[in-house]
Amino acid sequence: MKISSPRTLQTIVLFMLVVGLMALALGGFLAPLSGVLLSPVVSAQTWLSTRYQAMQDFVSSPSDMNRLRQRNAELEAEVARLQTQIIELQSEIREVQVLSALLDFARAHPENTFVSATVIGRDPSPFIQYVNINRGSNDGLRRGMPVVTHQGLVGRIAAVTASAARVQLITDPISNINVRLEPSQSEAVVSGQITGEIALDMIPIDAGVQPGDLVLTSGYGGNYPADILVGQISGIRKRDYELFQTASVQPAVDFSQLGIVMVITNFNPVDLEPLQP
Amino acid sequence: MFQSAVASYIPLLHGTVDLVLLALIAWALQERVDTAWQWALIGGLLFSLASALPVGVMLLAYVGVVAIAELIKRRVWQIPIIAMFVTVFFGTLLTHGLSVTALVLGGTPLPLFQALNLVTLPSLFLNILLAIPMYSLIGDLAGWLYPVELEV
Repeated sequence: MKISSPRTLQTIVLFMLVVGLMALALGGFLAPLSGVLLSPVVSAQTWLSTRYQAMQDFVSSPSDMNRLRQRNAELEAEVARLQTQIIELQSEIREVQVLSALLDFARAHPENTFVSATVIGRDPSPFIQYVNINRGSNDGLRRGMPVVTHQGLVGRIAAVTASAARVQLITDPISNINVRLEPSQSEAVVSGQITGEIALDMIPIDAGVQPGDLVLTSGYGGNYPADILVGQISGIRKRDYELFQTASVQPAVDFSQLGIVMVITNFNPVDLEPLQP
Repeated sequence: MFQSAVASYIPLLHGTVDLVLLALIAWALQERVDTAWQWALIGGLLFSLASALPVGVMLLAYVGVVAIAELIKRRVWQIPIIAMFVTVFFGTLLTHGLSVTALVLGGTPLPLFQALNLVTLPSLFLNILLAIPMYSLIGDLAGWLYPVELEV
């Protein structure tokens, strides 16, 4: 075959050169050469790209900062909203837990009927221990009715209006409750103190009481139903020359956290005053 | 209401601040105010409604406190802060003294030394601590209700 012109020859040579280079490249024979040739190019491009990026950031940063500040403010507002929501939910959980415990208590005492009430304030005088609740005679409350929580005895209603009532706590200095100690079955009297604590008095000197013994209402005196938990003995004072022992009592109810209480409405207190000489 | 729902829940030992007393004294010590006696009666009645203390006790105590404030205002009115402190001091002692007397006469077994140490002295401290903010607040209120008349 005769080659017609030098141009055709040039094309064929070029084609063969390209094919040869491609074959060499595909075979990996050109890698060292390309590495040597491309390395300065890559370095130069990297340098250029970095500088360009820096310039672009410098020029566009104010708008980014504003956007970031705005986003930051939005996220802070969102965090605050979620924190408020968490606090509300925690509060609701606590309330549900208390209500659930009160419900359990009411179910465990089917012989009693209860009216629940919210504590709306304490007595402004620091010398006496009373709280006010948001239920009154319109809800069937009467003077003398016992007030409890799921933890134990709170006190009794001292005064009632149509829509509110005043509860004398068992920690009030004038409060005296006849109690029974478990397991010794001894009788005693629990009295309130000015310090907001309660103390046990009139325990027979020969009664075998121990710290940790339970203090329950005895029902004597007619002011409270029997077998309501009052507290637990925390310390005993016994002197041989005295007729009675005394003891300090840890109340079952946390009076500083009193929120919801239950009034036993089917208990009629007995007024023993006419029988006293 | 605030006294019963909030202030009574923030004790120092077993004493609490008496906001009604502080407001009454601050009001009575204002120069242009002459309605302190009426507010003493209102404050006493409201306190009696919220408290199990005998009705007349706080009424009497607050009227007595206003009497002390009026007396002190006439003597040392040029230094109202000192007048406030002195009145709060004697006012707290008067209200607590009358409360304890009424309770003891009513048969409440109150150990007096404990009552002084655990209730009266902490209450006195809290009342004196809050005397200046209350005086400032009531002063602003009095200035708003009784503006100074300017001669043109």
